[in-house]
Amino acid sequence: MTDLSRRTLLQAMGAGALASALASLPTFAQDRTAIRIGYAVSKTGANAGGAGISTIPNYLLWVDDVNKAGGLELSKLGVTLPLEVTEYDDRSSAEETVRAIERLATQDNVDFILPSWGTGSNLAAGPTFDRFQFPQLAGTAVTDMAPQLVQRWKNSFWFLGGGHDYANALVDLLVKQRDAGAINNKVAIASVADGFGIDLSKAATPAFQAAGFELVYDKTYPLGTSDFAPIINEVSGLGVDTFVAFSYPPDTFALTQQSVVANFSPKIFYLGVGTAFPIYPNVAGPNHNGVMGVGGIDPDSEAIAAYFERHTALVGQAPDSWASAVTYASLEILGQAITRVGDLDKAAVAAEIASGEFDTILGKVKLVDNQLRALWTVGQWQDGKFVGLAHTEGKAAREPVVPKPAWVPAS
Amino acid sequence: MKLLTPLVALAALAAVPFFVGAYPLGLGIGILGYATLATAWALFSGPTRYISLATVAFFGIGAYTVAVLADLMPYPLVLLCAALIGLVVAVLVGLATLRLAGIYFVIFTFGLAELVRQLVTYYEVNVTRTLGRYVFLPIGPEHIYWQLLGLLAVTLALAFWISRAKIGLALRVIGDDPVVASHLGIGITRTKLALFSLSAVVMTLAGAIQAPRWTYIEPSIVFNPTVSFLTVIMALLGGPNRLFGPLLGAVPLFLLFEWLSANFPNHYSIILGLLFIAIVFLLPNGVLAAADKFAARFKNKEASA
Amino acid sequence: MLFSAILTGLVLGGTYALIAMGLTLQYGVARIMNLAYGDLIIAGSFGAMLLFTAAGINPLIALFIVVPLGFALSWLVYALMLQPLARRSPNRDRLEGDSILATFGLLFVIQGVALVLFGANYQSYSFLAVPIDVLGTTIAANRLLAFALAVLFGVGLWLLLTRTRFGTVIRAVAANPGSAPLVGINVDHVARLAFALGGGLAAAGGVVVSMYLTFSATMGVIFTMKALIVVIMGGVGNLLGALAAGLILGVVETLVSSFIDPGLTLAATYLIFLAVLVVRPQGLFGKAAR
Repeated sequence: MTDLSRRTLLQAMGAGALASALASLPTFAQDRTAIRIGYAVSKTGANAGGAGISTIPNYLLWVDDVNKAGGLELSKLGVTLPLEVTEYDDRSSAEETVRAIERLATQDNVDFILPSWGTGSNLAAGPTFDRFQFPQLAGTAVTDMAPQLVQRWKNSFWFLGGGHDYANALVDLLVKQRDAGAINNKVAIASVADGFGIDLSKAATPAFQAAGFELVYDKTYPLGTSDFAPIINEVSGLGVDTFVAFSYPPDTFALTQQSVVANFSPKIFYLGVGTAFPIYPNVAGPNHNGVMGVGGIDPDSEAIAAYFERHTALVGQAPDSWASAVTYASLEILGQAITRVGDLDKAAVAAEIASGEFDTILGKVKLVDNQLRALWTVGQWQDGKFVGLAHTEGKAAREPVVPKPAWVPAS
Repeated sequence: MKLLTPLVALAALAAVPFFVGAYPLGLGIGILGYATLATAWALFSGPTRYISLATVAFFGIGAYTVAVLADLMPYPLVLLCAALIGLVVAVLVGLATLRLAGIYFVIFTFGLAELVRQLVTYYEVNVTRTLGRYVFLPIGPEHIYWQLLGLLAVTLALAFWISRAKIGLALRVIGDDPVVASHLGIGITRTKLALFSLSAVVMTLAGAIQAPRWTYIEPSIVFNPTVSFLTVIMALLGGPNRLFGPLLGAVPLFLLFEWLSANFPNHYSIILGLLFIAIVFLLPNGVLAAADKFAARFKNKEASA
Repeated sequence: MLFSAILTGLVLGGTYALIAMGLTLQYGVARIMNLAYGDLIIAGSFGAMLLFTAAGINPLIALFIVVPLGFALSWLVYALMLQPLARRSPNRDRLEGDSILATFGLLFVIQGVALVLFGANYQSYSFLAVPIDVLGTTIAANRLLAFALAVLFGVGLWLLLTRTRFGTVIRAVAANPGSAPLVGINVDHVARLAFALGGGLAAAGGVVVSMYLTFSATMGVIFTMKALIVVIMGGVGNLLGALAAGLILGVVETLVSSFIDPGLTLAATYLIFLAVLVVRPQGLFGKAAR
């Protein structure tokens, strides 16, 4: 008897908890005082570092910019509405990301959803964006699968290219340097054993081989490696003029420090994510000059300069010189598409994003097959800016400085 | 009569997907996922008092098995394979570890989960040269929900049966005093091994069932150690020695996480941390014990009134 | 080549040992399974970075500011939060469970405060990244410093514990907290002191590793787990054990990286750790009967 009554009590408790949780969910009436933008980003967990530099600041800046300009004009509704944000923390978990999008789409009834940071979370979110027919503007996902994903999820847009774009551009650039006699034929590659590193190394290894380079070192290291002395010590004895690391930010910084300490100063020193971060010159000191990496910006663009200023003023630090500007541009595209459509029809906005030409901080942009194909692929620190050396459309903002200046020993 | 209540509850829960939208269903999946993990965890750790952090190793193995095999064979067979792989790993691990005690066991299991993750990563990177895998299965959220519900029901039934059967008694003796247990002629290792494996198979299945929900599987997603920690915390909070303890730890905690991350996205960590500390002080014996105490006081009041 | 790899590995191991020292004290003596330990390390790193970048204070001098702060903070945490738990716990299992839950909460609090103050960004600065030639192998001075401190703390505290009266008291509490009061030892006091000392060591570790490791507000748990591995492998409460375990892990990692494949370094360290426990379930230097 006691057993039974306890059980009933527990069941009642469980049901009550669920009911109160559901009741506490915010519900909005269909008032039209604002355009509701929702996003779940990684404020905590493993992805917080990446989201904190490339994603969150740009979401904040875009909302701020739009609202300072009075909002977005919806001509069919005859109003100009500001943006209103609903934000969640996805805690760097794919499960949370998926559920947060379900929540934004069905409970909060937001008009548009911005994606989380990173390749994995954008891929995990794809089916959910698709199910609710929201356009997905993946500004921080690098995947060679984009052409196939676009077939599967018609409203998904991929802004940051795939591993092949970056690897091929790097190899092309190095071939020119080699043919000009600036570097020798030997290359060493170290890649982080995680999504980005493997994607790039998988593309780079055959590309280097096809270009006739001799890969004297091509290995991976696990995510979370803290000491790169063994790798640098080995590579420094191999006589390479080119060192390439498809690395993550902590590795990028540690590899730089270790190379300086070991006085391993190859003519080309190329690193992965983190090279384009504004913190990199602080970490590397005078040695940041001449270091190459993934990404880049146009140092002569006034729009980019103004963007850097606004970003610094609002967030307190400069944006990174790779995914940040691209992410911001993807939001500009969304805003302009909404204004052109003139109301909040998701399908029409998605169609406009897919077919229209937009005026962004990256210049005039038109997506090809739902992908941004105008990307800076290789950058180099020159005079305090991470300038683009190679672009998918063949242009270059600056000529590469090869060899890079020799390391200045730390004092 | 005794069987009726759980069956009605199960039927009611099974009908939920017909009545709710995508988000509550997603919430239901999350809750069921953790409730299953916590119950499975307590299956072994409750009576033996071994705190295992290997949950995510099995969870991840399950998810990865689905990612690897989904295109090769029908789905039920995939689940069966996942369960078998989980079982084999659990038996091997169990044989190697169950002589460890206390904190040594805790950290060993953590190391184990990380080792599995490292080996899977190394294999994927160097042998298949792809790190992420795609799972495109025609399995909607409601199917995942039903499968998890079924798994949870089976796990609870098992837990109930074990608590009544001889093996449960044996386990409790082991937990209370291993020396006495061995004097009583209880095959300590065999008993523990059986339970550990059973619990691991459930965890493996929980991972396998949820894999289609993420589409994209990579080691950092499915071997995320947070899963192990949350499972332990939920089970400890609810009281791992009671049948519904882990469940009643998982449900409120999960909803709490959800509510906090929605309403305080920028101060989530601080509030959550303070709440945790408060819970330890205010509910020293877990949620269930507190509920019992409350119920008892309520009854006393009624009686005296 | 082999010699150079071993030397590099020892220096790396110094870092591992350094970040584990405090935890072995906290768990070995105060019996608190402190899951927030790594977050205290991160707090130390933030402190050093802030003093260095904002006030231009040399991280070596910052040690003398940050370490006492870590000590004081841990003292307070123990006195306010953990002592009541220790007092009400009837047995060790119970305290273990409670302290896991409570310090899990503390972990979130410290991390949350760091997130609010500094955001989630990666933090990194460079100090003492100068090459030092040690028997023909080039080693970064900051890593060498970590190694030196690990040895200093390890051996120093070991001497303190085994050669002084105070050390005997601490060991008595560690060995048998139930009987220690019978010989006139104030267990609460000793445990609080050991916990605070562990916190001070964590902060010291944080200051030193911030000179060469990138950190962020959410990385504490990585340090906690690394420290736990070292502590458990060495044997709980044994400082020399932590030192030895740290050095072994460092050497293994470096040897595997140099001679087998850098991709297997972490797999190898976990494998060694698991193997040690299978052979010696109480850790390298642990006592068989606990």
